[in-house]
Amino acid sequence: MSKKNWPLWEVFIRSKNGLSHKHVGSLHAADEEMAVENARDVYCRRSEGVSIWVVKSADIFASDPSKSEELFETAKNKIYRHPTFYDIPKEIGHM
Amino acid sequence: MNTEQLEKEFQARIDAEEKIEPKDWMPDAYRKTLIRQISQHAHSEIVGMLPEGNWITRAPSLRSKVILLAKVQDEAGHGLYLYSAAETLGIDREQLLHDLHIGKAKYSSIFNYPTLTWADIGAVGWLVDGAAIANQVMLCRTSYGPYARAMVKICKEESFHQRQGYEIMMHMARGTEAQKRMAQDALNRWWWPSLMMFGPPDKESTNTEQSVKWRIKRQTNDELRQEFVDKTLPQAEYLGLKIPDKDLKWNEEKKGYDFGTPDWEEFYNVIKGNGPCNKQRLDARVKADKEGEWVREASMAYYEKKSAKKKVA
Repeated sequence: MSKKNWPLWEVFIRSKNGLSHKHVGSLHAADEEMAVENARDVYCRRSEGVSIWVVKSADIFASDPSKSEELFETAKNKIYRHPTFYDIPKEIGHM
Repeated sequence: MNTEQLEKEFQARIDAEEKIEPKDWMPDAYRKTLIRQISQHAHSEIVGMLPEGNWITRAPSLRSKVILLAKVQDEAGHGLYLYSAAETLGIDREQLLHDLHIGKAKYSSIFNYPTLTWADIGAVGWLVDGAAIANQVMLCRTSYGPYARAMVKICKEESFHQRQGYEIMMHMARGTEAQKRMAQDALNRWWWPSLMMFGPPDKESTNTEQSVKWRIKRQTNDELRQEFVDKTLPQAEYLGLKIPDKDLKWNEEKKGYDFGTPDWEEFYNVIKGNGPCNKQRLDARVKADKEGEWVREASMAYYEKKSAKKKVA
């Protein structure tokens, strides 16, 4: 095995202007420029993108799924944040 | 929570068709099974470039050459999506490649057969990719999120592969007598190994039951094999070629074809390393890895030097 491995990069692609970048996978590359070039070859062989972001995987900090319950709990009991919480008379129509 | 409870909850999530994502709790055996299966799948894509790459320099026209190049490049891409999915399970790519190179990790035994004529490129696309698609369509709904997502992308691309293979078979089967013979010969040689791609019969498959329970797989080897035979037979008839199986006949009761038994002894023998090209395939991978080592090191050194300069500035 070689001593120095290329780091892992997460790849995000904007499929067309007007849409956000979306995570598509990862790849190994020595630096960010090579990561973008490799991402073009690995993830965009059929015009899947107009823009590429790469981020070192090690730099991503993610929430802990075992704590999802408490993290997202606060939103659950605030049903009044949804439009369906309110009864609007039929006569009013669409609101 | 103890392991038993965690496992119960895990199975409940699977049964509710929830996808499992990388940082979720999962049983060790689930993780291990996935690492084995995804890496085997990735290695198959990468090793699969070799029998096809064999014909790039000898493709009969510029059109067929650029198509074959694109297909082989896709196989590389598929291998990379899959390595990327495997790495989300906490194993490094270096380790995966190392296991392949020392012969510890397997790849699909079909790639240990040689591509002797141009018709083989047709047969590989039509049959080998066809068999792979049957398996991969099922895997688009596998329970592990990153694996399922990689499969969706692969399936979209794979259908071009099968169609280009079938197009080659059509040209050959409608060509001269000699071309037709080549097409039939390629079908004769690739048919049985293609059926073996689905793995051993259900009654002998040690991994199937647990994999189905975890919804890593959703159909058994025999079910997928049956599906493939039923789909492929009319395609062979259209070409005017004969599938080399004397036991092949329509079974009205099961609304499918009965077919003969592949030579499982040959299958196990090829897996053990005694196929016609095992050594050649592995040697090619090891050579590519070795010869690329200085490139990987030099580019890392360049990157480090560049970042050091940036820091000073």
